[in-house]
Amino acid sequence: MSPAWREWIGRIAAPAAVGVLMLVLWEALVRAERIPPYILPGPVLVAETLWTDGPSLLGSLLVTLRITLAALAAAILLGGALAILFAQSRLLERCLFPYAVILQVTPIVSIAPLIIIWVNDTFLSLLVCAWIVAFFPIVANTTLGLNSADRNLVALFRLYRASGWQTLRLLRLPAALPFFLAGVRISGGLALIGAVVAEFVAGTGGAETGLASRILEAGYRLEIPRLFAALLLLSLTGIAIFAALSWLSQRLLAHWHESALPEEE
Amino acid sequence: MEAGAFVSLLGPSGCGKSTLLRIIAGLVPPSEGRVRRAGDARDADGGIGFVFQEPTLMPWATVRENVYLPLRLAGVARVAAAGRIDAMLGAVGLRGFETVYPRELSGGMRMRVSIARALVTEPQLLLLDEPFAALDEITRFKLNEDLLRLWQERRCTVVFVTHSVFESVFLSNRIVVMTPGPGRVAADVAIDLAYPRDAALRTDARYTERCRAVSRLLAEAR
Repeated sequence: MSPAWREWIGRIAAPAAVGVLMLVLWEALVRAERIPPYILPGPVLVAETLWTDGPSLLGSLLVTLRITLAALAAAILLGGALAILFAQSRLLERCLFPYAVILQVTPIVSIAPLIIIWVNDTFLSLLVCAWIVAFFPIVANTTLGLNSADRNLVALFRLYRASGWQTLRLLRLPAALPFFLAGVRISGGLALIGAVVAEFVAGTGGAETGLASRILEAGYRLEIPRLFAALLLLSLTGIAIFAALSWLSQRLLAHWHESALPEEE
Repeated sequence: MEAGAFVSLLGPSGCGKSTLLRIIAGLVPPSEGRVRRAGDARDADGGIGFVFQEPTLMPWATVRENVYLPLRLAGVARVAAAGRIDAMLGAVGLRGFETVYPRELSGGMRMRVSIARALVTEPQLLLLDEPFAALDEITRFKLNEDLLRLWQERRCTVVFVTHSVFESVFLSNRIVVMTPGPGRVAADVAIDLAYPRDAALRTDARYTERCRAVSRLLAEAR
Protein backbone atom coordinates (compact mmCIF):
# COMPACT_ATOMS: atom_id res chain seq x y z
CA MET A 1 0.00 0.00 0.00
CA SER A 2 1.42 3.39 -0.96
CA PRO A 3 2.00 5.98 1.80
CA ALA A 4 -0.52 8.39 0.20
CA TRP A 5 -3.22 5.74 0.45
CA ARG A 6 -2.34 4.93 4.02
CA GLU A 7 -2.45 8.63 4.85
CA TRP A 8 -5.89 8.97 3.25
CA ILE A 9 -7.26 5.98 5.13
CA GLY A 10 -5.82 7.13 8.46
CA ARG A 11 -6.98 10.72 8.16
CA ILE A 12 -10.30 10.58 6.37
CA ALA A 13 -11.63 7.14 5.60
CA ALA A 14 -11.23 5.55 9.04
CA PRO A 15 -12.88 8.35 11.09
CA ALA A 16 -15.63 8.67 8.49
CA ALA A 17 -16.27 4.92 8.60
CA VAL A 18 -16.70 5.10 12.39
CA GLY A 19 -19.23 7.92 11.93
CA VAL A 20 -21.22 6.01 9.32
CA LEU A 21 -21.17 2.89 11.48
CA MET A 22 -22.57 4.83 14.46
CA LEU A 23 -25.35 6.28 12.31
CA VAL A 24 -26.28 2.84 10.97
CA LEU A 25 -26.34 1.40 14.49
CA TRP A 26 -28.46 4.32 15.68
CA GLU A 27 -30.99 3.84 12.83
CA ALA A 28 -31.05 0.09 13.38
CA LEU A 29 -31.64 0.51 17.12
CA VAL A 30 -34.50 2.98 16.57
CA ARG A 31 -36.16 0.63 14.07
CA ALA A 32 -35.61 -2.60 15.95
CA GLU A 33 -36.82 -1.24 19.27
CA ARG A 34 -39.58 0.80 17.63
CA ILE A 35 -38.55 3.87 19.61
CA PRO A 36 -41.12 6.63 18.95
CA PRO A 37 -39.72 9.73 17.18
CA TYR A 38 -40.67 12.02 20.10
CA ILE A 39 -38.20 10.09 22.28
CA LEU A 40 -35.43 9.44 19.79
CA PRO A 41 -35.73 10.01 16.05
CA GLY A 42 -33.48 8.02 13.73
CA PRO A 43 -30.86 9.81 11.64
CA VAL A 44 -32.93 9.35 8.47
CA LEU A 45 -35.90 11.17 10.00
CA VAL A 46 -33.59 13.94 11.31
CA ALA A 47 -32.16 14.38 7.83
CA GLU A 48 -35.66 14.56 6.35
CA THR A 49 -36.70 17.17 8.92
CA LEU A 50 -33.58 19.16 8.23
CA TRP A 51 -34.50 19.15 4.54
CA THR A 52 -38.15 20.22 5.03
CA ASP A 53 -37.57 22.69 7.91
CA GLY A 54 -34.25 23.83 6.54
CA PRO A 55 -35.26 27.24 5.20
CA SER A 56 -36.95 28.36 8.44
CA LEU A 57 -34.13 26.94 10.60
CA LEU A 58 -31.57 28.65 8.42
CA GLY A 59 -33.17 32.00 9.18
CA SER A 60 -32.75 31.32 12.90
CA LEU A 61 -29.20 30.12 12.35
CA LEU A 62 -28.42 33.43 10.72
CA VAL A 63 -29.63 35.29 13.83
CA THR A 64 -27.46 33.14 16.11
CA LEU A 65 -24.53 33.43 13.74
CA ARG A 66 -24.77 37.20 13.67
CA ILE A 67 -24.64 37.41 17.46
CA THR A 68 -21.76 34.92 17.56
CA LEU A 69 -19.62 36.72 15.01
CA ALA A 70 -20.33 40.15 16.50
CA ALA A 71 -19.37 38.83 19.95
CA LEU A 72 -16.19 37.24 18.56
CA ALA A 73 -15.23 40.47 16.81
CA ALA A 74 -15.83 42.45 20.02
CA ALA A 75 -13.82 39.87 22.00
CA ILE A 76 -10.92 40.14 19.55
CA LEU A 77 -10.92 43.94 19.60
CA LEU A 78 -11.45 44.50 23.32
CA GLY A 79 -9.54 41.42 24.44
CA GLY A 80 -6.59 42.28 22.24
CA ALA A 81 -6.61 45.92 23.34
CA LEU A 82 -6.79 44.92 27.01
CA ALA A 83 -3.86 42.52 26.58
CA ILE A 84 -1.75 45.23 24.94
CA LEU A 85 -2.64 47.54 27.82
CA PHE A 86 -1.58 44.84 30.29
CA ALA A 87 1.72 44.41 28.48
CA GLN A 88 2.46 48.12 28.92
CA SER A 89 2.07 48.11 32.67
CA ARG A 90 2.47 45.31 35.16
CA LEU A 91 0.55 47.39 37.71
CA LEU A 92 -2.42 47.73 35.40
CA GLU A 93 -2.36 43.99 34.76
CA ARG A 94 -2.30 43.22 38.49
CA CYS A 95 -5.16 45.66 39.09
CA LEU A 96 -7.48 44.48 36.33
CA PHE A 97 -6.67 40.84 35.64
CA PRO A 98 -8.46 39.46 38.76
CA TYR A 99 -11.69 41.09 37.61
CA ALA A 100 -11.35 39.56 34.18
CA VAL A 101 -11.00 36.22 35.97
CA ILE A 102 -14.09 36.89 38.08
CA LEU A 103 -16.05 37.73 34.97
CA GLN A 104 -14.82 34.51 33.40
CA VAL A 105 -15.55 32.12 36.29
CA THR A 106 -19.03 33.45 37.06
CA PRO A 107 -21.43 31.18 35.14
CA ILE A 108 -22.98 33.13 32.29
CA VAL A 109 -26.39 31.56 33.01
CA SER A 110 -26.48 33.31 36.36
CA ILE A 111 -25.62 36.79 35.11
CA ALA A 112 -27.50 36.63 31.82
CA PRO A 113 -30.88 37.58 33.37
CA LEU A 114 -29.31 40.71 34.85
CA ILE A 115 -27.76 41.72 31.57
CA ILE A 116 -31.03 41.12 29.76
CA ILE A 117 -32.77 43.43 32.25
CA TRP A 118 -30.09 46.10 32.08
CA VAL A 119 -29.59 46.14 28.34
CA ASN A 120 -32.84 46.99 26.60
CA ASP A 121 -32.00 45.84 23.12
CA THR A 122 -32.31 42.05 22.71
CA PHE A 123 -29.56 41.74 20.15
CA LEU A 124 -27.20 43.84 22.25
CA SER A 125 -27.92 41.97 25.49
CA LEU A 126 -27.25 38.61 23.82
CA LEU A 127 -24.12 40.07 22.30
CA VAL A 128 -22.85 41.18 25.71
CA CYS A 129 -23.45 37.71 27.19
CA ALA A 130 -21.63 35.97 24.34
CA TRP A 131 -18.80 38.49 24.59
CA ILE A 132 -18.31 37.85 28.33
CA VAL A 133 -17.84 34.15 27.61
CA ALA A 134 -15.60 34.70 24.61
CA PHE A 135 -13.21 37.46 25.59
CA PHE A 136 -11.20 35.81 28.37
CA PRO A 137 -9.16 33.28 26.36
CA ILE A 138 -8.08 36.07 24.05
CA VAL A 139 -7.00 38.35 26.91
CA ALA A 140 -5.20 35.59 28.79
CA ASN A 141 -3.45 34.11 25.75
CA THR A 142 -2.44 37.41 24.18
CA THR A 143 -1.08 38.70 27.49
CA LEU A 144 1.00 35.55 27.82
CA GLY A 145 2.18 35.90 24.22
CA LEU A 146 3.17 39.55 24.58
CA ASN A 147 5.27 38.65 27.60
CA SER A 148 6.97 35.64 26.03
CA ALA A 149 9.07 37.36 23.39
CA ASP A 150 12.63 35.96 23.25
CA ARG A 151 14.62 37.54 26.13
CA ASN A 152 17.68 38.05 23.96
CA LEU A 153 15.65 39.73 21.24
CA VAL A 154 14.23 42.06 23.88
CA ALA A 155 17.83 42.79 24.95
CA LEU A 156 18.80 43.42 21.33
CA PHE A 157 15.96 45.91 20.91
CA ARG A 158 17.17 47.63 24.07
CA LEU A 159 20.74 47.70 22.75
CA TYR A 160 19.54 49.46 19.60
CA ARG A 161 17.52 51.86 21.75
CA ALA A 162 14.18 50.88 20.26
CA SER A 163 11.19 52.87 21.45
CA GLY A 164 8.38 51.16 23.35
CA TRP A 165 6.19 51.43 20.30
CA GLN A 166 8.85 49.84 18.05
CA THR A 167 9.34 46.98 20.50
CA LEU A 168 5.60 46.40 20.65
CA ARG A 169 5.03 46.54 16.92
CA LEU A 170 8.12 44.74 15.65
CA LEU A 171 8.73 42.26 18.46
CA ARG A 172 5.97 41.73 21.01
CA LEU A 173 2.98 41.69 18.67
CA PRO A 174 4.47 39.20 16.18
CA ALA A 175 5.68 37.02 19.06
CA ALA A 176 2.17 37.07 20.53
CA LEU A 177 0.44 36.16 17.27
CA PRO A 178 0.44 32.35 17.74
CA PHE A 179 -0.88 32.74 21.29
CA PHE A 180 -3.51 35.24 20.16
CA LEU A 181 -4.68 32.93 17.37
CA ALA A 182 -4.94 29.97 19.77
CA GLY A 183 -7.12 32.20 21.96
CA VAL A 184 -9.29 33.21 19.02
CA ARG A 185 -9.85 29.57 18.09
CA ILE A 186 -11.12 28.82 21.58
CA SER A 187 -13.17 32.01 21.68
CA GLY A 188 -14.92 31.21 18.39
CA GLY A 189 -16.54 28.14 19.91
CA LEU A 190 -17.21 29.93 23.20
CA ALA A 191 -18.94 32.84 21.45
CA LEU A 192 -21.37 30.39 19.87
CA ILE A 193 -22.00 28.71 23.21
CA GLY A 194 -22.47 32.10 24.87
CA ALA A 195 -24.94 33.22 22.20
CA VAL A 196 -26.98 30.02 22.58
CA VAL A 197 -26.96 30.02 26.40
CA ALA A 198 -27.96 33.68 26.56
CA GLU A 199 -30.84 33.05 24.21
CA PHE A 200 -31.96 30.10 26.32
CA VAL A 201 -32.11 32.41 29.33
CA ALA A 202 -33.75 35.24 27.40
CA GLY A 203 -36.43 32.84 26.20
CA THR A 204 -38.44 33.12 23.04
CA GLY A 205 -40.05 36.30 21.87
CA GLY A 206 -39.43 39.05 19.41
CA ALA A 207 -39.62 38.88 15.67
CA GLU A 208 -36.23 37.29 15.10
CA THR A 209 -35.39 34.19 17.07
CA GLY A 210 -32.15 32.30 17.05
CA LEU A 211 -31.56 28.57 17.00
CA ALA A 212 -31.70 28.30 20.79
CA SER A 213 -35.31 29.52 20.83
CA ARG A 214 -36.17 27.03 18.11
CA ILE A 215 -34.68 24.24 20.18
CA LEU A 216 -36.67 25.31 23.24
CA GLU A 217 -39.83 25.66 21.19
CA ALA A 218 -39.37 22.25 19.57
CA GLY A 219 -38.80 20.76 23.00
CA TYR A 220 -42.04 22.21 24.39
CA ARG A 221 -43.99 20.88 21.42
CA LEU A 222 -42.28 17.50 21.51
CA GLU A 223 -41.09 18.03 17.94
CA ILE A 224 -37.98 16.10 18.70
CA PRO A 225 -36.86 15.50 15.07
CA ARG A 226 -36.81 19.27 14.57
CA LEU A 227 -34.92 19.68 17.85
CA PHE A 228 -32.31 17.25 16.56
CA ALA A 229 -32.16 19.05 13.22
CA ALA A 230 -31.55 22.39 14.97
CA LEU A 231 -28.96 20.76 17.21
CA LEU A 232 -27.20 19.30 14.19
CA LEU A 233 -27.15 22.70 12.52
CA LEU A 234 -25.66 24.21 15.67
CA SER A 235 -22.89 21.60 15.84
CA LEU A 236 -22.09 22.06 12.15
CA THR A 237 -21.85 25.80 12.72
CA GLY A 238 -19.47 25.30 15.63
CA ILE A 239 -17.31 22.97 13.54
CA ALA A 240 -17.34 25.43 10.63
CA ILE A 241 -16.24 28.30 12.88
CA PHE A 242 -13.44 26.22 14.35
CA ALA A 243 -12.31 25.03 10.92
CA ALA A 244 -12.35 28.55 9.50
CA LEU A 245 -10.30 29.93 12.40
CA SER A 246 -7.87 27.02 12.23
CA TRP A 247 -7.41 27.65 8.52
CA LEU A 248 -6.80 31.33 9.19
CA SER A 249 -4.28 30.51 11.92
CA GLN A 250 -2.49 28.06 9.62
CA ARG A 251 -2.30 30.68 6.87
CA LEU A 252 -0.94 33.42 9.12
CA LEU A 253 1.70 31.24 10.77
CA ALA A 254 2.59 29.13 7.75
CA HIS A 255 6.05 30.58 7.24
CA TRP A 256 7.47 30.42 10.67
CA HIS A 257 5.62 28.85 13.58
CA GLU A 258 6.20 25.25 14.66
CA SER A 259 2.46 24.62 14.96
CA ALA A 260 1.93 25.36 11.27
CA LEU A 261 4.77 23.23 9.92
CA PRO A 262 4.09 19.97 8.12
CA GLU A 263 4.79 16.84 10.14
CA GLU A 264 8.32 15.48 9.85
CA GLU A 265 8.66 12.09 8.22
CA MET B 1 41.51 47.86 25.08
CA GLU B 2 43.06 48.97 21.84
CA ALA B 3 40.84 50.20 19.02
CA GLY B 4 40.70 47.62 16.28
CA ALA B 5 41.83 44.79 18.55
CA PHE B 6 40.40 41.29 18.52
CA VAL B 7 40.13 40.33 22.19
CA SER B 8 38.91 36.96 23.42
CA LEU B 9 37.51 36.39 26.88
CA LEU B 10 38.43 32.78 27.60
CA GLY B 11 37.31 30.72 30.56
CA PRO B 12 35.08 27.88 31.79
CA SER B 13 31.33 28.28 32.22
CA GLY B 14 30.33 30.47 35.14
CA CYS B 15 33.38 32.72 35.23
CA GLY B 16 31.38 35.78 34.27
CA LYS B 17 32.53 36.15 30.66
CA SER B 18 29.03 36.56 29.31
CA THR B 19 28.05 38.89 32.12
CA LEU B 20 31.11 41.02 31.42
CA LEU B 21 30.11 41.18 27.77
CA ARG B 22 26.61 42.28 28.71
CA ILE B 23 28.04 44.92 31.02
CA ILE B 24 30.18 46.23 28.15
CA ALA B 25 27.07 46.33 25.98
CA GLY B 26 25.24 48.25 28.70
CA LEU B 27 22.58 45.56 28.98
CA VAL B 28 23.44 44.80 32.61
CA PRO B 29 24.53 47.44 35.12
CA PRO B 30 27.93 46.67 36.75
CA SER B 31 27.75 45.94 40.49
CA GLU B 32 30.74 48.20 40.95
CA GLY B 33 33.21 50.01 38.76
CA ARG B 34 32.66 51.61 35.43
CA VAL B 35 32.95 50.80 31.77
CA ARG B 36 34.77 53.40 29.79
CA ARG B 37 34.33 53.45 26.08
CA ALA B 38 36.05 55.84 23.71
CA GLY B 39 33.31 58.34 23.18
CA ASP B 40 30.38 56.20 24.05
CA ALA B 41 30.31 53.42 21.52
CA ARG B 42 26.58 53.22 21.98
CA ASP B 43 26.20 56.81 20.84
CA ALA B 44 28.70 56.48 18.02
CA ASP B 45 27.50 56.08 14.47
CA GLY B 46 27.33 52.33 14.19
CA GLY B 47 26.74 51.72 17.88
CA ILE B 48 27.46 48.25 19.19
CA GLY B 49 26.90 44.99 17.38
CA PHE B 50 25.95 42.00 19.50
CA VAL B 51 25.87 38.33 18.53
CA PHE B 52 24.26 35.94 21.01
CA GLN B 53 24.98 32.29 21.64
CA GLU B 54 21.79 31.47 19.76
CA PRO B 55 21.15 33.11 16.39
CA THR B 56 18.27 35.01 18.08
CA LEU B 57 16.48 35.83 14.84
CA MET B 58 12.88 36.88 14.48
CA PRO B 59 11.27 33.67 13.13
CA TRP B 60 8.39 35.56 11.52
CA ALA B 61 10.70 37.70 9.39
CA THR B 62 12.76 36.86 6.30
CA VAL B 63 16.55 36.97 6.29
CA ARG B 64 16.43 40.42 4.69
CA GLU B 65 14.00 41.76 7.30
CA ASN B 66 16.12 40.36 10.12
CA VAL B 67 19.23 42.10 8.81
CA TYR B 68 17.25 45.29 8.21
CA LEU B 69 16.14 45.40 11.87
CA PRO B 70 18.94 47.53 13.42
CA LEU B 71 18.69 50.07 10.58
CA ARG B 72 14.93 50.09 10.84
CA LEU B 73 15.12 50.78 14.57
CA ALA B 74 17.51 53.63 13.81
CA GLY B 75 14.95 55.12 11.46
CA VAL B 76 16.67 54.29 8.16
CA ALA B 77 14.15 53.96 5.35
CA ARG B 78 13.88 50.61 3.59
CA VAL B 79 14.99 52.00 0.25
CA ALA B 80 18.02 53.74 1.74
CA ALA B 81 19.02 50.56 3.61
CA ALA B 82 18.65 48.20 0.66
CA GLY B 83 22.19 48.68 -0.69
CA ARG B 84 23.84 48.12 2.70
CA ILE B 85 21.74 45.05 3.40
CA ASP B 86 22.61 43.54 0.02
CA ALA B 87 26.32 44.22 0.54
CA MET B 88 26.20 42.76 4.04
CA LEU B 89 24.37 39.61 2.95
CA GLY B 90 26.94 39.20 0.18
CA ALA B 91 29.79 39.59 2.68
CA VAL B 92 28.51 36.73 4.86
CA GLY B 93 27.75 34.52 1.88
CA LEU B 94 23.97 34.70 2.02
CA ARG B 95 23.23 36.20 -1.37
CA GLY B 96 20.14 34.54 -2.77
CA PHE B 97 18.66 33.78 0.64
CA GLU B 98 17.04 37.21 1.14
CA THR B 99 13.44 36.02 1.16
CA VAL B 100 14.03 32.81 3.10
CA TYR B 101 12.72 32.38 6.64
CA PRO B 102 15.13 31.42 9.46
CA ARG B 103 13.63 27.97 10.02
CA GLU B 104 14.60 26.99 6.49
CA LEU B 105 18.29 27.68 7.20
CA SER B 106 20.93 25.50 8.85
CA GLY B 107 22.41 26.48 12.21
CA GLY B 108 25.56 27.88 10.59
CA MET B 109 23.59 29.97 8.12
CA ARG B 110 21.36 31.33 10.87
CA MET B 111 24.50 32.41 12.68
CA ARG B 112 25.66 34.15 9.49
CA VAL B 113 22.40 36.10 9.45
CA SER B 114 22.98 37.03 13.07
CA ILE B 115 26.49 38.28 12.27
CA ALA B 116 25.20 40.21 9.26
CA ARG B 117 22.60 41.86 11.48
CA ALA B 118 25.27 42.86 14.01
CA LEU B 119 27.56 44.31 11.33
CA VAL B 120 25.03 46.07 9.12
CA THR B 121 25.20 49.26 11.19
CA GLU B 122 29.01 49.24 10.77
CA PRO B 123 29.61 49.29 14.53
CA GLN B 124 32.93 50.29 16.06
CA LEU B 125 32.52 47.57 18.65
CA LEU B 126 31.38 44.04 17.93
CA LEU B 127 30.53 41.76 20.87
CA LEU B 128 30.10 38.02 20.40
CA ASP B 129 28.90 35.69 23.15
CA GLU B 130 30.06 32.14 22.35
CA PRO B 131 28.46 32.45 18.93
CA PHE B 132 29.72 29.18 17.48
CA ALA B 133 29.46 26.94 20.55
CA ALA B 134 26.42 25.07 19.23
CA LEU B 135 27.83 24.45 15.76
CA ASP B 136 29.68 21.44 14.42
CA GLU B 137 33.44 21.78 14.10
CA ILE B 138 33.59 22.02 10.31
CA THR B 139 31.05 24.84 10.27
CA ARG B 140 32.77 26.51 13.22
CA PHE B 141 36.16 26.54 11.46
CA LYS B 142 34.61 28.07 8.36
CA LEU B 143 32.82 30.74 10.37
CA ASN B 144 36.02 31.51 12.31
CA GLU B 145 37.80 32.24 9.06
CA ASP B 146 34.91 34.31 7.71
CA LEU B 147 34.70 36.29 10.93
CA LEU B 148 38.40 37.15 10.70
CA ARG B 149 37.95 38.30 7.13
CA LEU B 150 34.96 40.49 8.07
CA TRP B 151 36.88 41.98 10.98
CA GLN B 152 39.88 42.79 8.79
CA GLU B 153 37.70 44.42 6.16
CA ARG B 154 35.94 46.57 8.74
CA ARG B 155 38.63 47.19 11.33
CA CYS B 156 36.17 47.30 14.23
CA THR B 157 37.07 46.27 17.77
CA VAL B 158 35.91 42.76 18.64
CA VAL B 159 35.29 41.19 22.03
CA PHE B 160 34.74 37.46 21.62
CA VAL B 161 33.60 35.23 24.47
CA THR B 162 34.53 31.56 24.15
CA HIS B 163 35.50 28.50 26.15
CA SER B 164 37.63 27.09 23.37
CA VAL B 165 41.39 27.62 23.59
CA PHE B 166 41.87 26.73 19.91
CA GLU B 167 39.21 29.16 18.78
CA SER B 168 40.57 32.04 20.88
CA VAL B 169 44.18 31.54 19.72
CA PHE B 170 43.12 31.25 16.09
CA LEU B 171 41.05 34.43 16.16
CA SER B 172 42.48 36.95 18.56
CA ASN B 173 45.54 39.09 19.06
CA ARG B 174 44.84 39.27 22.78
CA ILE B 175 43.35 36.70 25.16
CA VAL B 176 42.01 37.47 28.63
CA VAL B 177 41.85 34.27 30.67
CA MET B 178 39.16 34.30 33.36
CA THR B 179 38.45 32.03 36.33
CA PRO B 180 35.18 31.16 38.04
CA GLY B 181 33.99 31.71 41.60
CA PRO B 182 34.62 34.64 42.03
CA GLY B 183 34.99 35.68 38.40
CA ARG B 184 38.32 37.39 37.91
CA VAL B 185 41.02 37.89 35.32
CA ALA B 186 43.79 35.30 35.67
CA ALA B 187 45.99 36.17 32.70
CA ASP B 188 46.21 38.57 29.81
CA VAL B 189 48.29 37.35 26.88
CA ALA B 190 49.09 38.70 23.46
CA ILE B 191 49.00 36.32 20.49
CA ASP B 192 51.69 37.48 18.10
CA LEU B 193 50.64 35.66 14.98
CA ALA B 194 50.37 37.77 11.86
CA TYR B 195 47.10 38.35 10.07
CA PRO B 196 45.65 37.39 7.70
CA ARG B 197 45.33 33.96 9.25
CA ASP B 198 43.77 31.14 7.29
CA ALA B 199 43.02 27.44 7.61
CA ALA B 200 46.69 26.55 7.06
CA LEU B 201 47.53 28.11 10.42
CA ARG B 202 45.62 25.37 12.25
CA THR B 203 48.39 22.86 11.49
CA ASP B 204 51.22 25.38 11.97
CA ALA B 205 53.66 24.61 14.80
CA ARG B 206 53.58 28.22 16.05
CA TYR B 207 49.79 27.96 16.41
CA THR B 208 49.86 24.68 18.35
CA GLU B 209 52.65 25.99 20.52
CA ARG B 210 50.54 29.02 21.54
CA CYS B 211 47.51 26.84 22.12
CA ARG B 212 49.60 24.77 24.52
CA ALA B 213 50.75 27.89 26.36
CA VAL B 214 47.23 29.28 26.75
CA SER B 215 45.94 25.86 27.86
CA ARG B 216 48.59 25.83 30.54
CA LEU B 217 47.55 29.30 31.72
CA LEU B 218 43.94 28.16 31.87
CA ALA B 219 44.91 25.07 33.90
CA GLU B 220 47.05 27.09 36.32
CA ALA B 221 44.29 29.62 36.82
CA ARG B 222 41.95 27.06 38.33
